[in-house]
Amino acid sequence: MNAITPISRGLAPFEGRLTGITNDVRAAAVGELERLGLPTQKVEAWHYTNLRALSGHAFATPGMVDEGKVTAALAALFGDTEALAKLPRLVLVNGRLSAAHSTTRLPEGVSCTSFATTQDFGTQSAPDREAMVALNTALAEDGVCLSVGAGVKAGAFLLISVAGAGNEDASFHPRHAVALGEGASLTLFELAVSVEDAGPAMYLHNPVLSCDVAEDAHLTHVKVQEEAENAVHLATVYADVEPRGSYDSFTLGLGAVLARHEVHAALRGSHASVHVNGAQILGARQVGDITSVILHGAPDGISRQTVRNVLMDHARAVFQGKVLVERIAQKTDGYQMNQALLLSPNAEIDAKPELEIYADDVKCSHGATVGALDEDQLFYLRARGIPDDQARRMLVEAFLTETVELVQDEAVRAFLMQRVERALKARVSAGEKAA
Amino acid sequence: MSELLKISGLHASIETEGGPKEILRGVDLVIPPGEVHAIMGPNGCGKSTLSYVLAGREDYEVTAGEALFKGRDLLEMEPEERAAAGVFLAFQTPVELPGVNNANFLRTAVNAVRRARGEAELDAVGFLKAVRAATKNLSMSDDMLKRNVNVGFSGGEKKRNEVLQMTMLKPTLAILDETDSGLDVDALKIVAEGVQNLRSPDFSALVITHHQKLLDYLGPDRVHVMAKGRIIRSGGPELAKQINEEGYTAFLKEAA
Repeated sequence: MNAITPISRGLAPFEGRLTGITNDVRAAAVGELERLGLPTQKVEAWHYTNLRALSGHAFATPGMVDEGKVTAALAALFGDTEALAKLPRLVLVNGRLSAAHSTTRLPEGVSCTSFATTQDFGTQSAPDREAMVALNTALAEDGVCLSVGAGVKAGAFLLISVAGAGNEDASFHPRHAVALGEGASLTLFELAVSVEDAGPAMYLHNPVLSCDVAEDAHLTHVKVQEEAENAVHLATVYADVEPRGSYDSFTLGLGAVLARHEVHAALRGSHASVHVNGAQILGARQVGDITSVILHGAPDGISRQTVRNVLMDHARAVFQGKVLVERIAQKTDGYQMNQALLLSPNAEIDAKPELEIYADDVKCSHGATVGALDEDQLFYLRARGIPDDQARRMLVEAFLTETVELVQDEAVRAFLMQRVERALKARVSAGEKAA
Repeated sequence: MSELLKISGLHASIETEGGPKEILRGVDLVIPPGEVHAIMGPNGCGKSTLSYVLAGREDYEVTAGEALFKGRDLLEMEPEERAAAGVFLAFQTPVELPGVNNANFLRTAVNAVRRARGEAELDAVGFLKAVRAATKNLSMSDDMLKRNVNVGFSGGEKKRNEVLQMTMLKPTLAILDETDSGLDVDALKIVAEGVQNLRSPDFSALVITHHQKLLDYLGPDRVHVMAKGRIIRSGGPELAKQINEEGYTAFLKEAA
């Protein structure tokens, strides 16, 4: 084993905030951090994604954000889709719940407390394995604990993070939990955005979300990550699914200079299902990482993963997908597909599928494709009078449409497509020309 | 102007593993406004290459000659500029576009072309009205508009979809590259009617075909025989009949 890692290794950006912690859980997390350090590329799970973007910074507890800017950021989001504005929402500003921007009325059968009051870390997280979760555990200040009563069809709910670093580098580590009772359903729509003119400093958003899905309950989790362009977003999601329950997720990564969406989903009961779908559009020198570990711990489970990446300029995407089928999990049906569209010779994708199967009666498949735009398709569109730039955008959009269509909720899907279109309009022609 | 399209001494080659291969070896062809011309010829004679070169496909390098369309240098134009100027290629193998809705695709194309021609864009209602009328004429179901472009279409549906696009884009020169291949008699008739509906003094067509059947419906003004990258013989509709009866061998000998 390695020698104990000194706190200075990788932890310097947070050092001042990791000392003097008395809470047992937090102290244990700090202990793990000191033992492990922040992950380097020598750690297998972080082989393709390095955290060098954090070094040289000192991340303080974030300050306040100008109220007007927060209001403007929310208006910009809702302005595009009216259906969104009508949904109940909880808003965090720099990781702290903002009563002023949240709606007070919750759907019937839904209760909500803040992590600031409960200080409940839950049971799913594994700080001894996931260093970023240990960091969250040590530094979490606030977050949302949503609970949906048995049998309650709660509809859609917005969880919005608005960030603005200002003049000083800052990090926030919200701790969220969602629990669905038996037969309950909820669509959790998570948005991570920043205010305009956020200031020159960079911020790290390091949320942890734990989901408990009881028998016959259905949690849909859709996330759009549009952080500031110099921000770092490192998120970890845990989902435990009981018999016949489902965790159906889709993540759309657009922002941040470095982003990782890491999911640990476990099918704990028979006939459970887990979907970890997603898409990324990355340009400039962005790095976007979608990592998942799906554990089939019971028979007759279904897991699905379809991830599509659109990469421009010097962007790099990482896809790591591990499917672990325990001996008991007979009749497991697992599918994983990762595809990338490389629009520049300098773009890169690193994909690592991993199947670990101990049961003997399972159906598991995985695949990956990497390619450029199809010249025949491009010519066909141009021969119909559609200008080159527009034709390229159409094809890229079509590539992504096929994953976005996996999202069931029509209003959410429309919002996602509109974010995709917006991101492509700003980038595809420019990226192609740079290439 | 008595010529819509004037091709002179056109040479074009394609890059292959063994170096450039010349496919067009001096094509001369004139199509006046309002006329339908047919090109017939054995496989590999360069018919499809000619259509691709005229539509602007970049795989081919034009090494000599010119093609003037309405007096403009066609070969200098981007594919989308050619479409806007009024050139339409009905593909021999229409391309499938997964994730692209057929109606959206059509509307985008129609409006791109209208914009380039200085015409007002069609709004959703105006477009729907126009496209419904066109699909009805082609015996196409509305369902084909809702599907992704050519994905899961039968051969006949793909060809009809090409004719639908042609109808909506209102070209002055349509190049039909074996649009009749793989069609049954009924589908062939529908496609032929689709072309006939467009006939006017402002519409010309260059029909590439192996079969006389389509030409029977269209009644071409001129028939050209192509071999080894050149037009070796031109004549009236009777030429098509002669080919149908005798094959190409006699023409090839004559040209050699």
